[in-house]
Amino acid sequence: MSMGEKRTVYMDHSATTYVKRDVLDAMVPYFTEHFGNPSSIYHIARDSKKAIDIARAQVAKALSAEPDEIYFTSGGSESDNWAIKGVAYANKKKGNHIITTKIEHHAVIHTCEYLEKNGFEVTYLPVDKYGLVDPADLEKAITDKTVLISIMYANNEIGTIEPIAELGAIARKHKVYFHTDAVQAIGNVQIDVKAQNIDLLSLSAHKFYGPKGTGVLYIRKGTKIDNLVHGGGQERRRRAGTENIVGIVGCGKAIELVTADIEGHNKRIRALRDRLLSGIVAKIPDAYLNGHPGKRLPGNINISFEFIEGESMLLWLDDEGICASTGSACTSGSLEPSHVLLATGLPVEISHGSLRLTLGDVNTDADVDFVLEVLPKVVTRLREMSPLYHKSGKDGGCNVQ
Amino acid sequence: MYSDKVMDHFKNPRNVGEIENASGVGEVGNPVCGDIMNIYLKIENNIITDAKFKTFGCGAAIASSSMATELVRGKTLEEAWEVSNKAVAEALEGLPPVKMHCSVLAEEGIHKAINDYRKKQGLEPWVEKNPHSHEHESATCEH
Repeated sequence: MSMGEKRTVYMDHSATTYVKRDVLDAMVPYFTEHFGNPSSIYHIARDSKKAIDIARAQVAKALSAEPDEIYFTSGGSESDNWAIKGVAYANKKKGNHIITTKIEHHAVIHTCEYLEKNGFEVTYLPVDKYGLVDPADLEKAITDKTVLISIMYANNEIGTIEPIAELGAIARKHKVYFHTDAVQAIGNVQIDVKAQNIDLLSLSAHKFYGPKGTGVLYIRKGTKIDNLVHGGGQERRRRAGTENIVGIVGCGKAIELVTADIEGHNKRIRALRDRLLSGIVAKIPDAYLNGHPGKRLPGNINISFEFIEGESMLLWLDDEGICASTGSACTSGSLEPSHVLLATGLPVEISHGSLRLTLGDVNTDADVDFVLEVLPKVVTRLREMSPLYHKSGKDGGCNVQ
Repeated sequence: MYSDKVMDHFKNPRNVGEIENASGVGEVGNPVCGDIMNIYLKIENNIITDAKFKTFGCGAAIASSSMATELVRGKTLEEAWEVSNKAVAEALEGLPPVKMHCSVLAEEGIHKAINDYRKKQGLEPWVEKNPHSHEHESATCEH
Protein backbone atom coordinates (compact mmCIF):
# COMPACT_ATOMS: atom_id res chain seq x y z
CA MET A 1 0.00 0.00 0.00
CA SER A 2 1.59 3.22 -1.05
CA MET A 3 0.91 6.31 0.89
CA GLY A 4 -0.94 8.74 -1.32
CA GLU A 5 -1.95 12.26 -0.57
CA LYS A 6 -2.83 12.64 3.08
CA ARG A 7 -6.51 13.06 3.71
CA THR A 8 -8.58 12.50 6.80
CA VAL A 9 -11.78 10.51 6.68
CA TYR A 10 -13.48 10.64 10.04
CA MET A 11 -15.81 7.70 10.61
CA ASP A 12 -15.91 7.58 14.39
CA HIS A 13 -18.85 9.86 15.16
CA SER A 14 -20.07 7.56 17.92
CA ALA A 15 -16.83 8.27 19.79
CA THR A 16 -17.25 12.02 19.49
CA THR A 17 -18.17 14.72 17.02
CA TYR A 18 -16.68 18.07 16.08
CA VAL A 19 -18.46 21.21 17.27
CA LYS A 20 -20.57 22.73 14.52
CA ARG A 21 -19.78 26.29 13.50
CA ASP A 22 -23.25 27.58 14.48
CA VAL A 23 -22.85 25.93 17.87
CA LEU A 24 -19.43 27.45 18.41
CA ASP A 25 -20.66 30.89 17.33
CA ALA A 26 -23.46 30.67 19.87
CA MET A 27 -20.98 29.74 22.61
CA VAL A 28 -18.25 32.32 22.03
CA PRO A 29 -19.89 35.41 23.64
CA TYR A 30 -20.32 33.46 26.87
CA PHE A 31 -16.57 33.05 27.23
CA THR A 32 -15.75 36.73 27.08
CA GLU A 33 -18.80 38.99 27.43
CA HIS A 34 -21.62 37.19 29.22
CA PHE A 35 -19.39 35.41 31.70
CA GLY A 36 -21.32 36.35 34.82
CA ASN A 37 -22.10 33.76 37.47
CA PRO A 38 -25.83 33.08 37.02
CA SER A 39 -26.26 33.04 40.79
CA SER A 40 -25.26 36.71 41.03
CA ILE A 41 -27.70 39.56 40.92
CA TYR A 42 -26.18 42.12 38.50
CA HIS A 43 -27.08 42.47 34.83
CA ILE A 44 -24.26 40.42 33.24
CA ALA A 45 -25.27 37.55 35.48
CA ARG A 46 -28.84 37.89 34.31
CA ASP A 47 -27.60 37.46 30.73
CA SER A 48 -26.02 34.14 31.55
CA LYS A 49 -29.06 33.05 33.54
CA LYS A 50 -31.22 33.84 30.53
CA ALA A 51 -28.92 31.85 28.24
CA ILE A 52 -29.26 28.80 30.46
CA ASP A 53 -33.03 29.11 30.46
CA ILE A 54 -33.05 29.20 26.66
CA ALA A 55 -30.80 26.13 26.45
CA ARG A 56 -32.99 24.30 28.94
CA ALA A 57 -36.03 25.03 26.80
CA GLN A 58 -34.20 23.85 23.68
CA VAL A 59 -33.35 20.53 25.34
CA ALA A 60 -36.86 20.13 26.73
CA LYS A 61 -38.38 20.65 23.30
CA ALA A 62 -36.10 18.02 21.73
CA LEU A 63 -37.29 15.45 24.28
CA SER A 64 -40.94 16.54 24.53
CA ALA A 65 -40.24 17.29 28.19
CA GLU A 66 -40.84 20.35 30.39
CA PRO A 67 -37.92 22.76 30.89
CA ASP A 68 -37.98 22.23 34.66
CA GLU A 69 -37.35 18.54 34.09
CA ILE A 70 -33.97 19.24 32.43
CA TYR A 71 -30.75 19.26 34.49
CA PHE A 72 -27.33 20.06 33.08
CA THR A 73 -24.40 17.87 34.08
CA SER A 74 -20.77 17.38 33.09
CA GLY A 75 -21.60 14.68 30.54
CA GLY A 76 -23.17 11.32 29.84
CA SER A 77 -21.21 9.48 32.51
CA GLU A 78 -22.30 11.84 35.26
CA SER A 79 -25.90 11.67 34.06
CA ASP A 80 -25.86 7.86 34.13
CA ASN A 81 -24.21 7.82 37.56
CA TRP A 82 -26.69 10.32 38.93
CA ALA A 83 -29.77 8.56 37.52
CA ILE A 84 -28.76 5.14 38.82
CA LYS A 85 -27.18 5.96 42.19
CA GLY A 86 -29.67 8.75 42.82
CA VAL A 87 -32.77 6.60 42.27
CA ALA A 88 -31.23 3.54 43.96
CA TYR A 89 -30.41 5.37 47.19
CA ALA A 90 -33.57 7.49 47.30
CA ASN A 91 -35.77 4.41 46.97
CA LYS A 92 -33.80 2.03 49.15
CA LYS A 93 -36.69 1.60 51.54
CA LYS A 94 -38.87 0.28 48.75
CA GLY A 95 -36.30 -2.18 47.42
CA ASN A 96 -32.74 -2.88 46.41
CA HIS A 97 -33.16 -4.43 42.96
CA ILE A 98 -32.07 -2.84 39.69
CA ILE A 99 -32.53 -4.22 36.18
CA THR A 100 -30.21 -3.32 33.33
CA THR A 101 -28.69 -5.15 30.34
CA LYS A 102 -25.43 -6.80 29.39
CA ILE A 103 -24.78 -4.32 26.60
CA GLU A 104 -24.91 -1.01 28.46
CA HIS A 105 -22.15 1.57 28.33
CA HIS A 106 -19.58 1.19 31.11
CA ALA A 107 -20.99 4.31 32.76
CA VAL A 108 -24.07 2.21 33.53
CA ILE A 109 -22.50 -1.23 34.03
CA HIS A 110 -19.73 -0.05 36.37
CA THR A 111 -22.19 2.07 38.34
CA CYS A 112 -24.39 -0.98 38.81
CA GLU A 113 -21.38 -3.07 39.84
CA TYR A 114 -20.53 -0.41 42.41
CA LEU A 115 -24.05 -0.60 43.80
CA GLU A 116 -23.80 -4.40 43.97
CA LYS A 117 -20.91 -3.91 46.38
CA ASN A 118 -23.15 -1.67 48.45
CA GLY A 119 -26.11 -3.88 49.11
CA PHE A 120 -28.01 -3.69 45.84
CA GLU A 121 -28.90 -6.57 43.55
CA VAL A 122 -28.64 -6.14 39.81
CA THR A 123 -30.11 -8.23 37.00
CA TYR A 124 -28.23 -7.92 33.70
CA LEU A 125 -30.71 -8.84 30.96
CA PRO A 126 -29.39 -10.83 28.01
CA VAL A 127 -29.82 -9.74 24.40
CA ASP A 128 -30.45 -11.72 21.24
CA LYS A 129 -27.89 -12.08 18.43
CA TYR A 130 -28.84 -8.63 17.13
CA GLY A 131 -28.40 -6.99 20.51
CA LEU A 132 -32.14 -6.62 21.19
CA VAL A 133 -33.62 -6.89 24.67
CA ASP A 134 -36.77 -9.03 24.84
CA PRO A 135 -39.53 -7.08 26.65
CA ALA A 136 -40.81 -10.40 28.05
CA ASP A 137 -37.43 -10.90 29.75
CA LEU A 138 -37.75 -7.51 31.37
CA GLU A 139 -41.23 -8.22 32.66
CA LYS A 140 -40.10 -11.55 34.11
CA ALA A 141 -37.16 -9.94 35.89
CA ILE A 142 -39.25 -7.37 37.78
CA THR A 143 -39.82 -8.18 41.46
CA ASP A 144 -41.46 -6.24 44.27
CA LYS A 145 -37.95 -5.08 45.20
CA THR A 146 -37.21 -3.53 41.79
CA VAL A 147 -36.72 0.23 42.02
CA LEU A 148 -35.06 1.03 38.70
CA ILE A 149 -34.78 -0.25 35.13
CA SER A 150 -31.96 1.18 33.02
CA ILE A 151 -31.84 0.20 29.34
CA MET A 152 -29.99 2.13 26.68
CA TYR A 153 -31.93 3.67 23.81
CA ALA A 154 -29.39 2.69 21.15
CA ASN A 155 -26.14 0.81 21.55
CA ASN A 156 -22.90 2.71 21.01
CA GLU A 157 -21.01 -0.22 19.48
CA ILE A 158 -23.42 -2.15 17.30
CA GLY A 159 -26.01 0.60 16.83
CA THR A 160 -29.01 -1.56 17.76
CA ILE A 161 -32.08 0.51 18.71
CA GLU A 162 -34.00 -1.02 21.61
CA PRO A 163 -37.83 -1.13 21.78
CA ILE A 164 -37.83 1.70 24.31
CA ALA A 165 -41.53 2.60 24.23
CA GLU A 166 -42.46 -1.02 24.85
CA LEU A 167 -39.92 -1.41 27.65
CA GLY A 168 -41.03 1.91 29.15
CA ALA A 169 -44.66 0.75 29.14
CA ILE A 170 -43.71 -2.38 31.09
CA ALA A 171 -41.81 -0.30 33.64
CA ARG A 172 -44.81 2.02 33.99
CA LYS A 173 -47.22 -0.90 34.38
CA HIS A 174 -45.15 -2.19 37.31
CA LYS A 175 -44.56 1.32 38.72
CA VAL A 176 -40.78 1.03 38.42
CA TYR A 177 -38.64 4.01 37.40
CA PHE A 178 -37.30 3.74 33.85
CA HIS A 179 -33.96 5.29 32.86
CA THR A 180 -32.48 5.24 29.37
CA ASP A 181 -29.02 6.25 28.21
CA ALA A 182 -29.90 8.04 24.98
CA VAL A 183 -26.41 9.37 24.34
CA GLN A 184 -26.19 7.70 20.91
CA ALA A 185 -29.85 7.93 20.01
CA ILE A 186 -30.56 11.66 20.10
CA GLY A 187 -30.86 13.15 16.63
CA ASN A 188 -31.32 9.71 15.10
CA VAL A 189 -34.67 8.72 16.56
CA GLN A 190 -37.69 10.71 17.69
CA ILE A 191 -37.55 10.83 21.47
CA ASP A 192 -40.71 11.63 23.39
CA VAL A 193 -40.28 11.02 27.11
CA LYS A 194 -44.01 11.24 27.75
CA ALA A 195 -45.20 8.90 25.01
CA GLN A 196 -42.32 6.49 25.64
CA ASN A 197 -42.78 6.39 29.44
CA ILE A 198 -39.23 7.49 30.17
CA ASP A 199 -38.62 8.78 33.71
CA LEU A 200 -34.90 9.56 33.38
CA LEU A 201 -32.77 10.06 30.27
CA SER A 202 -29.06 10.78 29.79
CA LEU A 203 -27.47 12.85 27.02
CA SER A 204 -23.96 14.02 26.18
CA ALA A 205 -23.47 17.14 24.05
CA HIS A 206 -20.26 16.05 22.32
CA LYS A 207 -22.07 13.17 20.62
CA PHE A 208 -24.32 15.56 18.71
CA TYR A 209 -21.95 18.28 17.50
CA GLY A 210 -21.89 20.11 20.83
CA PRO A 211 -18.97 20.63 23.19
CA LYS A 212 -17.35 18.03 25.44
CA GLY A 213 -17.92 18.35 29.17
CA THR A 214 -21.66 19.04 29.06
CA GLY A 215 -24.46 16.55 29.52
CA VAL A 216 -28.10 16.39 30.43
CA LEU A 217 -30.21 14.36 32.79
CA TYR A 218 -33.93 14.54 32.20
CA ILE A 219 -35.80 13.75 35.42
CA ARG A 220 -39.57 13.41 35.22
CA LYS A 221 -41.37 15.62 37.70
CA GLY A 222 -42.09 13.75 40.93
CA THR A 223 -39.26 11.22 40.54
CA LYS A 224 -37.67 10.33 43.86
CA ILE A 225 -33.94 10.83 43.37
CA ASP A 226 -31.00 11.78 45.60
CA ASN A 227 -28.39 14.31 44.55
CA LEU A 228 -25.05 13.09 43.26
CA VAL A 229 -23.07 16.33 43.41
CA HIS A 230 -23.63 18.13 46.70
CA GLY A 231 -22.88 21.79 47.27
CA GLY A 232 -24.49 25.03 46.13
CA GLY A 233 -28.08 25.48 45.07
CA GLN A 234 -27.61 25.38 41.31
CA GLU A 235 -29.98 23.49 39.01
CA ARG A 236 -32.88 24.00 41.41
CA ARG A 237 -30.85 22.52 44.27
CA ARG A 238 -30.42 19.23 42.44
CA ARG A 239 -26.90 19.55 40.99
CA ALA A 240 -24.31 21.75 42.67
CA GLY A 241 -21.53 23.60 40.88
CA THR A 242 -21.37 26.87 38.97
CA GLU A 243 -23.06 26.31 35.65
CA ASN A 244 -20.87 25.60 32.63
CA ILE A 245 -22.63 28.38 30.73
CA VAL A 246 -20.58 28.02 27.57
CA GLY A 247 -21.17 24.27 27.45
CA ILE A 248 -24.84 24.60 28.27
CA VAL A 249 -25.39 27.20 25.53
CA GLY A 250 -23.57 24.92 23.08
CA CYS A 251 -25.61 21.93 24.19
CA GLY A 252 -28.86 23.81 23.65
CA LYS A 253 -27.92 25.04 20.20
CA ALA A 254 -26.58 21.64 19.17
CA ILE A 255 -29.68 19.74 20.23
CA GLU A 256 -31.87 22.23 18.40
CA LEU A 257 -29.89 21.66 15.20
CA VAL A 258 -29.65 17.88 15.50
CA THR A 259 -33.38 17.41 16.11
CA ALA A 260 -34.57 19.96 13.54
CA ASP A 261 -34.80 17.43 10.69
CA ILE A 262 -34.20 13.93 12.00
CA GLU A 263 -35.83 12.25 9.03
CA GLY A 264 -33.85 14.19 6.43
CA HIS A 265 -30.60 13.64 8.29
CA ASN A 266 -31.27 9.92 8.62
CA LYS A 267 -32.09 9.57 4.96
CA ARG A 268 -28.80 11.14 3.89
CA ILE A 269 -26.61 9.29 6.40
CA ARG A 270 -28.37 5.98 5.87
CA ALA A 271 -27.84 6.18 2.09
CA LEU A 272 -24.09 6.69 2.60
CA ARG A 273 -23.93 3.96 5.23
CA ASP A 274 -25.84 1.45 3.13
CA ARG A 275 -23.62 2.04 0.12
CA LEU A 276 -20.53 1.61 2.28
CA LEU A 277 -21.86 -1.54 3.90
CA SER A 278 -22.94 -3.24 0.69
CA GLY A 279 -19.60 -2.30 -0.88
CA ILE A 280 -17.67 -3.84 2.00
CA VAL A 281 -19.70 -7.04 1.94
CA ALA A 282 -19.34 -7.31 -1.85
CA LYS A 283 -15.58 -6.73 -1.81
CA ILE A 284 -14.52 -8.63 1.31
CA PRO A 285 -15.43 -12.28 1.89
CA ASP A 286 -15.96 -13.70 5.39
CA ALA A 287 -17.33 -10.42 6.74
CA TYR A 288 -20.27 -10.41 9.13
CA LEU A 289 -22.44 -7.49 10.18
CA ASN A 290 -22.89 -7.16 13.93
CA GLY A 291 -26.11 -5.67 15.28
CA HIS A 292 -29.58 -5.57 13.75
CA PRO A 293 -29.92 -5.18 9.96
CA GLY A 294 -32.84 -2.75 10.25
CA LYS A 295 -33.23 -1.55 13.83
CA ARG A 296 -29.92 0.27 13.93
CA LEU A 297 -28.57 3.81 14.06
CA PRO A 298 -28.41 5.26 10.53
CA GLY A 299 -24.66 5.95 10.64
CA ASN A 300 -23.50 2.73 12.28
CA ILE A 301 -21.58 -0.14 10.72
CA ASN A 302 -20.10 -2.79 12.98
CA ILE A 303 -18.60 -5.61 11.01
CA SER A 304 -16.31 -8.51 11.84
CA PHE A 305 -13.67 -9.80 9.46
CA GLU A 306 -12.64 -13.34 10.14
CA PHE A 307 -8.97 -14.29 10.65
CA ILE A 308 -7.68 -10.81 11.52
CA GLU A 309 -7.43 -8.63 14.60
CA GLY A 310 -9.00 -5.20 14.94
CA GLU A 311 -6.12 -3.08 16.21
CA SER A 312 -3.85 -3.94 13.31
CA MET A 313 -6.73 -3.01 11.01
CA LEU A 314 -7.11 0.38 12.73
CA LEU A 315 -3.37 1.09 12.45
CA TRP A 316 -3.43 0.53 8.71
CA LEU A 317 -6.62 2.54 8.27
CA ASP A 318 -5.10 5.36 10.32
CA ASP A 319 -2.04 5.24 8.12
CA GLU A 320 -4.35 5.97 5.20
CA GLY A 321 -6.11 8.74 7.15
CA ILE A 322 -9.24 6.80 8.12
CA CYS A 323 -10.41 7.15 11.75
CA ALA A 324 -12.42 4.16 13.00
CA SER A 325 -12.67 1.95 16.08
CA THR A 326 -12.81 -1.72 17.04
CA GLY A 327 -14.24 -4.03 19.67
CA SER A 328 -10.97 -5.91 19.90
CA ALA A 329 -9.36 -6.18 23.31
CA CYS A 330 -6.08 -4.94 21.94
CA THR A 331 -7.10 -1.30 21.89
CA SER A 332 -8.78 -1.17 25.24
CA GLY A 333 -5.91 -2.08 27.55
CA SER A 334 -7.91 -5.04 28.82
CA LEU A 335 -7.60 -8.46 27.28
CA GLU A 336 -11.28 -9.12 26.87
CA PRO A 337 -12.96 -8.06 23.65
CA SER A 338 -16.14 -5.96 23.64
CA HIS A 339 -18.72 -7.05 26.22
CA VAL A 340 -21.40 -6.00 23.74
CA LEU A 341 -20.20 -8.31 20.96
CA LEU A 342 -19.78 -11.17 23.43
CA ALA A 343 -23.32 -10.58 24.75
CA THR A 344 -24.68 -11.05 21.21
CA GLY A 345 -23.06 -14.48 21.22
CA LEU A 346 -20.30 -13.61 18.77
CA PRO A 347 -17.31 -15.96 19.29
CA VAL A 348 -14.40 -14.29 21.07
CA GLU A 349 -11.97 -14.74 18.18
CA ILE A 350 -14.36 -13.06 15.75
CA SER A 351 -15.04 -10.25 18.22
CA HIS A 352 -11.32 -9.44 18.02
CA GLY A 353 -11.76 -8.78 14.31
CA SER A 354 -14.54 -6.22 14.54
CA LEU A 355 -14.48 -2.79 12.97
CA ARG A 356 -16.85 0.05 13.81
CA LEU A 357 -17.42 2.80 11.27
CA THR A 358 -19.84 5.52 12.39
CA LEU A 359 -20.80 8.07 9.79
CA GLY A 360 -21.85 11.61 10.51
CA ASP A 361 -22.51 14.98 8.97
CA VAL A 362 -18.99 15.47 7.57
CA ASN A 363 -19.01 12.31 5.51
CA THR A 364 -19.46 12.39 1.75
CA ASP A 365 -19.73 9.97 -1.15
CA ALA A 366 -16.02 10.49 -1.74
CA ASP A 367 -15.31 9.28 1.82
CA VAL A 368 -17.31 6.12 1.17
CA ASP A 369 -15.40 5.52 -2.08
CA PHE A 370 -12.10 6.02 -0.29
CA VAL A 371 -12.90 3.55 2.49
CA LEU A 372 -14.10 1.05 -0.10
CA GLU A 373 -10.78 1.43 -1.89
CA VAL A 374 -8.57 1.14 1.21
CA LEU A 375 -10.34 -1.33 3.50
CA PRO A 376 -10.27 -4.42 1.22
CA LYS A 377 -6.49 -3.95 0.76
CA VAL A 378 -5.97 -3.71 4.52
CA VAL A 379 -8.01 -6.84 5.20
CA THR A 380 -6.27 -8.80 2.44
CA ARG A 381 -2.85 -7.77 3.65
CA LEU A 382 -3.54 -8.82 7.23
CA ARG A 383 -5.17 -12.05 6.17
CA GLU A 384 -2.13 -12.93 4.09
CA MET A 385 -0.02 -12.95 7.23
CA SER A 386 -2.63 -14.63 9.43
CA PRO A 387 -2.04 -18.29 10.32
CA LEU A 388 -5.81 -18.67 10.80
CA TYR A 389 -6.58 -17.64 7.25
CA HIS A 390 -4.20 -20.21 5.84
CA LYS A 391 -5.56 -22.94 8.03
CA SER A 392 -9.12 -22.18 7.05
CA GLY A 393 -8.15 -23.13 3.52
CA LYS A 394 -10.04 -20.10 2.26
CA ASP A 395 -7.05 -18.59 0.49
CA GLY A 396 -7.44 -21.11 -2.28
CA GLY A 397 -4.11 -22.68 -1.43
CA CYS A 398 -3.32 -25.87 0.38
CA ASN A 399 -5.01 -26.70 3.61
CA VAL A 400 -2.35 -27.66 6.11
CA GLN A 401 -4.79 -28.87 8.73
CA MET B 1 1.37 4.93 21.23
CA TYR B 2 3.90 2.80 19.31
CA SER B 3 7.55 3.66 18.62
CA ASP B 4 8.66 4.37 15.06
CA LYS B 5 10.48 1.04 15.08
CA VAL B 6 7.31 -0.85 15.98
CA MET B 7 5.40 0.97 13.25
CA ASP B 8 8.17 0.22 10.76
CA HIS B 9 8.09 -3.50 11.56
CA PHE B 10 4.29 -3.46 11.58
CA LYS B 11 3.99 -1.72 8.23
CA ASN B 12 6.94 -3.46 6.57
CA PRO B 13 7.10 -6.77 8.39
CA ARG B 14 10.25 -8.79 7.64
CA ASN B 15 10.07 -12.51 7.02
CA VAL B 16 6.33 -12.98 6.59
CA GLY B 17 5.41 -16.41 5.36
CA GLU B 18 6.03 -20.08 5.92
CA ILE B 19 9.04 -22.30 5.29
CA GLU B 20 8.27 -25.48 3.45
CA ASN B 21 9.63 -28.49 5.31
CA ALA B 22 10.77 -26.24 8.15
CA SER B 23 13.30 -27.75 10.56
CA GLY B 24 11.25 -26.50 13.47
CA VAL B 25 7.81 -24.91 13.90
CA GLY B 26 6.54 -23.06 16.96
CA GLU B 27 2.83 -22.31 17.30
CA VAL B 28 1.93 -20.13 20.28
CA GLY B 29 -1.00 -18.01 21.40
CA ASN B 30 -4.71 -18.45 21.28
CA PRO B 31 -7.32 -16.85 19.01
CA VAL B 32 -9.49 -16.28 22.07
CA CYS B 33 -6.79 -13.98 23.42
CA GLY B 34 -6.49 -12.19 20.11
CA ASP B 35 -3.00 -13.33 19.17
CA ILE B 36 -1.50 -16.37 17.49
CA MET B 37 2.08 -16.61 16.27
CA ASN B 38 3.52 -19.32 14.09
CA ILE B 39 7.33 -19.30 13.82
CA TYR B 40 9.14 -21.37 11.16
CA LEU B 41 12.88 -22.03 11.35
CA LYS B 42 15.27 -23.53 8.84
CA ILE B 43 18.28 -24.92 10.69
CA GLU B 44 21.52 -26.06 9.05
CA ASN B 45 24.59 -27.17 11.04
CA ASN B 46 23.08 -25.80 14.27
CA ILE B 47 22.61 -22.38 12.65
CA ILE B 48 19.26 -20.70 11.88
CA THR B 49 19.60 -19.95 8.17
CA ASP B 50 16.03 -18.78 7.70
CA ALA B 51 13.18 -17.68 9.96
CA LYS B 52 9.63 -16.78 8.95
CA PHE B 53 6.35 -16.10 10.68
CA LYS B 54 2.62 -15.86 10.33
CA THR B 55 0.75 -13.88 12.96
CA PHE B 56 -2.84 -13.05 13.86
CA GLY B 57 -2.77 -10.18 16.27
CA CYS B 58 -2.35 -6.53 17.02
CA GLY B 59 0.35 -4.18 15.74
CA ALA B 60 2.72 -5.13 18.54
CA ALA B 61 2.26 -8.84 17.88
CA ILE B 62 3.10 -8.45 14.20
CA ALA B 63 6.10 -6.19 14.93
CA SER B 64 7.38 -8.57 17.64
CA SER B 65 7.19 -11.52 15.23
CA SER B 66 9.02 -9.56 12.58
CA MET B 67 11.76 -8.42 14.98
CA ALA B 68 12.18 -11.82 16.63
CA THR B 69 12.69 -13.56 13.29
CA GLU B 70 15.24 -10.88 12.35
CA LEU B 71 17.12 -11.34 15.62
CA VAL B 72 17.50 -15.11 15.41
CA ARG B 73 18.57 -15.31 11.78
CA GLY B 74 22.19 -16.39 11.43
CA LYS B 75 22.45 -17.31 15.11
CA THR B 76 23.36 -20.70 16.55
CA LEU B 77 20.55 -22.45 18.38
CA GLU B 78 22.24 -21.70 21.70
CA GLU B 79 22.45 -17.99 20.85
CA ALA B 80 18.88 -17.90 19.52
CA TRP B 81 17.61 -19.55 22.71
CA GLU B 82 19.04 -16.60 24.66
CA VAL B 83 17.06 -14.00 22.67
CA SER B 84 14.68 -12.87 25.37
CA ASN B 85 11.38 -11.04 25.12
CA LYS B 86 13.18 -8.03 26.59
CA ALA B 87 15.68 -8.14 23.73
CA VAL B 88 12.79 -8.17 21.24
CA ALA B 89 11.08 -5.26 23.00
CA GLU B 90 14.33 -3.29 23.24
CA ALA B 91 15.12 -3.83 19.58
CA LEU B 92 11.67 -2.39 18.88
CA GLU B 93 12.58 0.68 20.97
CA GLY B 94 10.07 -0.35 23.59
CA LEU B 95 6.51 -1.63 23.75
CA PRO B 96 3.63 -0.21 25.77
CA PRO B 97 3.28 -2.13 29.07
CA VAL B 98 -0.02 -3.77 28.02
CA LYS B 99 1.72 -5.04 24.90
CA MET B 100 4.76 -6.65 26.54
CA HIS B 101 3.01 -10.02 26.30
CA CYS B 102 3.45 -9.81 22.52
CA SER B 103 7.23 -9.94 22.93
CA VAL B 104 6.81 -12.82 25.37
CA LEU B 105 4.83 -14.63 22.73
CA ALA B 106 7.65 -14.09 20.21
CA GLU B 107 10.27 -15.49 22.60
CA GLU B 108 8.07 -18.49 23.30
CA GLY B 109 7.44 -19.03 19.59
CA ILE B 110 11.19 -19.16 18.93
CA HIS B 111 11.74 -21.52 21.87
CA LYS B 112 8.94 -23.80 20.75
CA ALA B 113 10.31 -23.94 17.20
CA ILE B 114 13.81 -24.76 18.49
CA ASN B 115 12.48 -27.52 20.72
CA ASP B 116 10.35 -28.84 17.87
CA TYR B 117 13.58 -29.20 15.89
CA ARG B 118 15.40 -30.81 18.83
CA LYS B 119 12.61 -33.32 19.30
CA LYS B 120 12.68 -34.19 15.61
CA GLN B 121 16.42 -34.76 15.98
CA GLY B 122 15.82 -37.10 18.91
CA LEU B 123 17.30 -34.59 21.35
CA GLU B 124 15.97 -33.55 24.75
CA PRO B 125 13.98 -30.32 24.51
CA TRP B 126 15.56 -27.44 26.39
CA VAL B 127 13.83 -26.30 29.56
CA GLU B 128 12.53 -22.75 29.85
CA LYS B 129 14.73 -20.95 32.36
CA ASN B 130 12.19 -18.26 33.11
CA PRO B 131 8.78 -19.66 32.40
CA HIS B 132 6.32 -16.83 31.74
CA SER B 133 2.85 -16.71 33.08
CA HIS B 134 1.49 -16.66 29.56
CA GLU B 135 -1.23 -19.26 29.68
CA HIS B 136 -2.19 -20.27 26.18
CA GLU B 137 -4.77 -22.88 26.95
CA SER B 138 -6.79 -20.68 29.23
CA ALA B 139 -9.68 -18.75 27.76
CA THR B 140 -9.19 -16.05 30.36
CA CYS B 141 -5.99 -14.81 28.69
CA GLU B 142 -3.90 -14.25 31.82
CA HIS B 143 -0.94 -12.67 30.11
